[in-house]
Amino acid sequence: MRKLTYGQAISEATVQCMLQDDRIFVAGEGVDDVNGTFGTTKEAFARFGAGRVIDMPNAENATAGFAIGAAAAGFRPLLVHIRADFMFLALDPLVNLAAKWRYTYGGDKGGVPVVTRGVVGRGWGQGATHSQSPHATFAHYPGLHVATPASPADAKGLLVQALTGDTPVVLIENRNLYSLTGEVPTEAVPIPFGVGRIARPGQDVTVVAASLMVHEAERAAEQLALRGISVEVVDVRSLRPLDDDIICSSVAKTGRLVVADTSWSRYGFAAEVAAVVAENVPQALLAPVRRITLPDSPAPVSQPLEEAYHPSADAIADACLAVCGEARGDLPGLVDVAAGFQGPF
Amino acid sequence: MEETLADYYRDEQEIRTPVHFSIGQEASAVGVCAATTPQDWVYTSHRSHAPYLAKGGDLDALVAELYGRQDGCAHGRGGSMHVIDQAAGFAGSAAILGEMIPVAVGTAWAFARNGEARVALTYFGDGATEEGVFAESLNFAAVHKTPVVFVCENNLYSACSPLSARQPAGTSITGRSEAAGVPSELVDGNDVFAVHAAAQRAVAHAREGHGPFLLELSTYRWRAHVGPDWDHDYGYRSKEEIDEWTAQCPIVRATAALRAEEPDIDAAVADWRTRFEREIHQSVDRAKALPFPSVDGLLDGAYLPLAR
Ligand SMILES: Cc1ncc(C[n+]2csc(CCOP(=O)(O)OP(=O)(O)O)c2C)c(N)n1
Repeated sequence: MRKLTYGQAISEATVQCMLQDDRIFVAGEGVDDVNGTFGTTKEAFARFGAGRVIDMPNAENATAGFAIGAAAAGFRPLLVHIRADFMFLALDPLVNLAAKWRYTYGGDKGGVPVVTRGVVGRGWGQGATHSQSPHATFAHYPGLHVATPASPADAKGLLVQALTGDTPVVLIENRNLYSLTGEVPTEAVPIPFGVGRIARPGQDVTVVAASLMVHEAERAAEQLALRGISVEVVDVRSLRPLDDDIICSSVAKTGRLVVADTSWSRYGFAAEVAAVVAENVPQALLAPVRRITLPDSPAPVSQPLEEAYHPSADAIADACLAVCGEARGDLPGLVDVAAGFQGPF
Repeated sequence: MEETLADYYRDEQEIRTPVHFSIGQEASAVGVCAATTPQDWVYTSHRSHAPYLAKGGDLDALVAELYGRQDGCAHGRGGSMHVIDQAAGFAGSAAILGEMIPVAVGTAWAFARNGEARVALTYFGDGATEEGVFAESLNFAAVHKTPVVFVCENNLYSACSPLSARQPAGTSITGRSEAAGVPSELVDGNDVFAVHAAAQRAVAHAREGHGPFLLELSTYRWRAHVGPDWDHDYGYRSKEEIDEWTAQCPIVRATAALRAEEPDIDAAVADWRTRFEREIHQSVDRAKALPFPSVDGLLDGAYLPLAR
């Protein structure tokens, strides 16, 4: 199969879906500009123009409400936020309206399939408001689907699912994934939400991860294989619905669980995965669960603090060793996916 | 100062925090802040350095922050978009558009509530006026007559989006302000004397209990939205447009305006330039010699230590 970058896969999904369904439009701040949202909206703008790829004023709250109104009237909005942090200004319409629309109107009057893409991920010293990932925030509310594609194929398939499904969706993309390449189907084939993927099979430890951390977990797994430790990496693909079965059957097999996430532990994705395992397969656990997440502070800017702050492949490897009762010994350090970043933004 | 910082930023890649330079917008920083006292508080958005310095913020602490050092004004936690110098009355800056606008209103309300003749000011761009919170803040401030001065630096762009793509023709930011009951003035933002005079009127208006005031300062940023580069190659604005505005350089204009009265002004400006260049190089050298924060203190500042 031909290879695309993650960014190209998103662009292709957008264009193909827009060709198939003229109710789809893209809206967001700067979607038509020279950068085209890390290149993901450029081709759509070139093909469909300003009528269907709309540069919005800086008004996230109104934009989300506007999209809900358009969706109620039959359109299919794809909203894009170049930083997911700006989605906090859209929380009210997304949570209080979009998520609840179908339910509050009795379930049979239809929903509002607003799709929102939000970009997260560290660059350099982006600080407290540009280094956080709100996927768990949105996943908390029933009525929204939340997906975190980790591979180019999933970036395409999950977006296609979002744009062809009938439920409001939040897609959280990590900016450090845009340049990663992988095989991507040519056709616009949807990947259903709620079906996880074994990114790497293994026997001794399960690492459940989302988004960028799937790649860090794979790196850790590769290295631990040299030590004879076989790590199974589960990419959940979507946080809501969450594929409880793939998580539980993997842990039932390996007996050990590490959860890796780019957000905080408390009340987050890692907490949810641990709870799912504790509720369903508690007897399977041979060691306590480990969570590899952000330390309990906002993101610092200073370089050494920032390096220490973001969860790494090394931290995952350490956690896997710990649940296996092994010491790190002379295993060399690993370089994170995001390491090569050059400024300014 | 910022020209030199931009050079360091580009050449060394050691300032690892996204910087939004105010080069070209000096008159709005200086003209407004000079109309305040250190007891008046200034908040800004992401384009923070120029108002910070104009307010009398500590240069070494700013530069140390840009270099991520423990002695930085935010101890290496905040970076360029979260600078603060309380002693100078620079009360903080933030990265989310519009976020500090209601904060300034709250501070102004608190000043008034305490019976103090102090004013709060907030800088933001034309792009931030599209956020709902701008309208909400104007409304509250007008109803409650809070002593706040809204300072909109209208540089015509929001990142790469021109004003014309975002706000309807025939409307204006001052018009929106007036409609909300907040008096306003549109000023040539590259004329430091005009800015200063208007700011004095606005600050006096607020200080004397007449309520909020909005200044819209027309100006232009020379460099890219973020970072040290020139961006006329990217197609969203032309070299000609940038040239037209660089010809309106606020420093050149201020110098020219003073030449008749102050025959030695050119020499004085040259001296200042030498002095400030020396100062900024010294600040950078000092910052680089300072230690980074210790990783042991990574969580410091998230909470006060819990009493147990
Ligand atoms: C709520 C929110 N939406 C979007 C952004 C992204 N953003 C950062 S700066 C900027 C441009 C803002 O333009 P303006 O307010 O005119 O200020 P300028 O950069 O021109 O000084 C944008 C869109 C943001 N920081 N916060």
